[in-house]
Amino acid sequence: MELLSGNQAIAQGAWEAGCQIGVAYPGTPSTETMETFAKLPDVYAEWAPNEKVAVEVGAGASAAGTRVLATMKHVGVNVAADPLFTLAYTGVGGGMLILTADDPGMHSSQNEQDNHFYARAAHIPMLEPSDSQEAHDMAKVAFELSERFDLPFFIRSTVRISHAKSPVEVGERENFTPKQYKKNPAKWVMMPAFAIGRRASLDQRVDAVTAWADETPLNRIVPGDGSDDGDIGVICTGAIYQYVRDALPEARILKLGVTWPLPKLKIQNFAFGVKHLYVVEEASTYLSEQVRALGIKLDQPENPLPRDGELDPWAIQIAFGKRVPTHTDTPEDLPARPPALCAGCPHRPVFRELGRLHAIVVGDIGCYTLGALPPLSAMDTTLCMGASVSMGHGFELALHHTEHRPIVSVIGDSTFGHSGLESLLGTVYNSGIGTICILDNRTTAMTGQQGDMFNGITLQHRPTRELNMAQVVRALGVDDVEEINPNNIKAVREALQRATKADDRLSVLIFRSPCVQLKDSFVRQKPLHVDEEKCTTCGVCVSIGCPALSSDLDSGIAHIDEVQCVGCKQCQQYCAFHAIKED
Amino acid sequence: MTSSVYSDGATSVLLCGVGGQGTILAADILAKTVCASGDVVKLSEIHGMAQRGGSVTTDVRFGKYVNSMVCCQGSCDAILAFETTEALRNISYLRDGGMLIVNDQSIKPLPVLTGDSVMPEEPESQLRAYGGKLIPAQDIAQKTGSIKTANVVLLGALSTSLLYEQRVWEEQISASVPKGTEAMNIAAFRAGRAFVQNIHD
Ligand SMILES: Cc1ncc(C[n+]2csc(CCOP(=O)(O)OP(=O)(O)O)c2C)c(N)n1
Repeated sequence: MELLSGNQAIAQGAWEAGCQIGVAYPGTPSTETMETFAKLPDVYAEWAPNEKVAVEVGAGASAAGTRVLATMKHVGVNVAADPLFTLAYTGVGGGMLILTADDPGMHSSQNEQDNHFYARAAHIPMLEPSDSQEAHDMAKVAFELSERFDLPFFIRSTVRISHAKSPVEVGERENFTPKQYKKNPAKWVMMPAFAIGRRASLDQRVDAVTAWADETPLNRIVPGDGSDDGDIGVICTGAIYQYVRDALPEARILKLGVTWPLPKLKIQNFAFGVKHLYVVEEASTYLSEQVRALGIKLDQPENPLPRDGELDPWAIQIAFGKRVPTHTDTPEDLPARPPALCAGCPHRPVFRELGRLHAIVVGDIGCYTLGALPPLSAMDTTLCMGASVSMGHGFELALHHTEHRPIVSVIGDSTFGHSGLESLLGTVYNSGIGTICILDNRTTAMTGQQGDMFNGITLQHRPTRELNMAQVVRALGVDDVEEINPNNIKAVREALQRATKADDRLSVLIFRSPCVQLKDSFVRQKPLHVDEEKCTTCGVCVSIGCPALSSDLDSGIAHIDEVQCVGCKQCQQYCAFHAIKED
Repeated sequence: MTSSVYSDGATSVLLCGVGGQGTILAADILAKTVCASGDVVKLSEIHGMAQRGGSVTTDVRFGKYVNSMVCCQGSCDAILAFETTEALRNISYLRDGGMLIVNDQSIKPLPVLTGDSVMPEEPESQLRAYGGKLIPAQDIAQKTGSIKTANVVLLGALSTSLLYEQRVWEEQISASVPKGTEAMNIAAFRAGRAFVQNIHD
C-alpha cells in the first residue's frame, strides 16, 4: 500500500499499463500527474507549449503505435479541443488517455466549467474515479479500452480527487509492445472523403462503448444501509459518491465510473427499483440533463443543491432536509488573507509603475495576475492564457481614435510560449500598436516552477536549447524590443514611459529576472533594514505590497521582516529619504 | 446523540495556517502514522494560488473506514491551527466538544501590512473562549533546535489525543523530514507532547 494522490495514482496506473510517452502542459490541479509520470522508469515525458500541442504530440505517438498519456487542467481541454474532436473520428493506434482535472470551487482557475460536456460533445468516453485506488485502476485499464474501442479516453478528476491522498495497492508494469505502424489514410487523413467514413464508424464505435458501459462493473449499484428499504436512489460519480455515502447512508447509489457514454439500461433499471430518484452533482447540470434525456423523471431534494461551488456531505444533508450539526460562526471582522506576490518578486515593480502611469493593463494568467489585487491594483482584465496580447490589440482598435490612457498588455514567459506568440503574430501582421510587457521570470511559477519554452529546462532534464526571447520577438516582426531588469525601478519607469508615449508603434518590453522560488538561479541577498531616524513614515515603501514590509500601527515607522526579506532592494529604491539600509 | 454529516465513523482533523508554514508536511506525517498503524486515511489539500502566502487548509480523515476526504462545518474532531487568525477563520469547522490546538503566533496578512485591515483583537482570549489550547510552538521549537520544527511541535500536541503509538509517530517523522534533522524533529515532537500533557495536569 502506498499513500498516493489521485494525480500520482493516475501516473502510476498509466505506467503499469505500459504507457511509454507522456505529454502535458501544467495546470492546477493536474500538474503532478505528469511530474510523477516523468520520474518513473523507462518513460519519455515532456512539457508541451500548450495543451493543443500536447494532444497532437500524443496523437502522433498513438498513431505510431505507443500508449500515451496527456494531462491538463479543465480549461486546457478548451485549448486542445480542436484535435480532440477529430481524434474521436480517427481513433487511436496505441491507447491514449487524457486527464482533464476540473476545478469546482475555482481554487485556482478562471472558471468552473464541467468537462463532462466535452466527453459528450467530442465522443470521447470518460472514466471517473472516486479515490486514488480507483484513479490508479481506471488509468491502468483505460489504455486497453482505448485500443479495444478505437477511441481516445478521458479520465476526469476534480481537486478532491487529484489532490487527495489515500492508500493505493500498486502493481507491476505490463509489458506493452507498441503496435506496428501501417499507413492507413482512410483512418488518419481526415479530409471530407475519409472523414465521412470515419463519422459512420464513430457511431458504431460509440454504440459498442455504450453497450460496454452497461456491462462494466465500473458502473455499479451500492446498496444503502437498509434503514429505509431502498426508498431513495441517488446517481452520482467522483468525489460526490463519497459525500453521498456519508450524508445519505440510507440511499441506494448508482455509482458511475463511466460518465460518458452513460449506461442507459442500468440507469433505467435503477430508476425502477427506487421510489425517489435523485442526481447529486457538483456545479453542473450535466448528469441530471442526461438522465432526464433518457425519459426518466428525477425528484428534487427538499432544498435545491447549490448551483455553483464544491459540494460536501454537509451541503448534501442541508439539501435533503437533514439536521446538520450546529457550529460556531466564523467571526465577521477577520482580515482576509489573499495570496500575494512573494517578497522580492520581480513582477512587483512592473505593476507598481504601471499603476503610476494609469495604464489600462490588459492582463493574463500566472502569478502576476496577483498584480490585480491591492495595493498594486494594476490590472484591468484577465480572461484566458494568451489573451493579454490579443485583447490589448482589441483595446487599441476600439480606442484608437479617442483620447485614451496607455494600453499595456502583460504576459508571463510560460504564457507567452503557450499562446502569446500567435497573438503577437496577429498584432504584428495587422500593424497593431501598443505596449506589451513580457514578465520573464525564467519559469512557470504559478504551477510550481516548471520548465517552459524559454527557460531551457525540460521535464526530464534532457538537453535543450534556451531560446533568446528578444530574438524570437524580433523574428516575429517587432522592431522595438527592449530587455530590462525589473528590479531596477528607474529602468522600469523609463522603459514604460518611453514605450507608452509612442503612439505609432508596437513595443515589446522584456522584464527578465528569476523567480525568487527558483533554487538554482535566484540568489538571496542579505535582508535590508529600516533606519528609524530617517523614516518619515510616508508609507511609500509599504504601498508596494511586499509581505516583508509593514509599518508600526502607532508610530507609522516602517519595518522589514528579516526572515522574509530576500534583499531585492526594490523598497530601497522607492524610499526618497534613504531610510532603507543594507547594513 | 449529536447529528453527524458522516456515516463512516472516521475522525476528522483540519490543519490550517498560512502558505509556507509546513501544514502539508504535518498532515503527511499524520496520514503516514495512520497507515503505519493499520488504519486508513484520506487527506485533501489545496495547492495553487493559495500557496503564495494565502490561507491554507488540509483536511485529514482517518479510522477503520473512510468515505469523504473533506472536513465539514461543525464536524471536525480537532483543528490544528498554525496561526491564530486562521484558527478563528476555521472555527466553524469544529464540532461541539471538538479539540482546538493553536500555535500562539499571529501573522499579518497583506491587507493588514498595508493598513487596509486590522488584526482581530486579543485572538488568544477569543480562542480560549472556544476551548482552544494555545501552544507557543515557535518558542518550544527554538529551544529544541530550530524554529523550523514548530509544525512538528504542534503535531506532538495533537498526538496525545489520538490513539496512535508514540513510536509509530516518531518513525514516520524520521522518514518524512529532511536528512540530518531527524533528532531535532523528534525532540520537537516530544516537547510538543510534554507541553500539552502539562496543561492537562
Ligand atoms: C489553458 C490553461 N492552461 C493552463 C493553465 C494554468 N496556468 C495558469 S498560469 C500558468 C503559467 C504561468 O506561468 P508564467 O506565464 O510564466 O507566469 P508566472 O506564474 O511565472 O508569473 C499556467 C500553467 C491555465 N490557466 N489555462
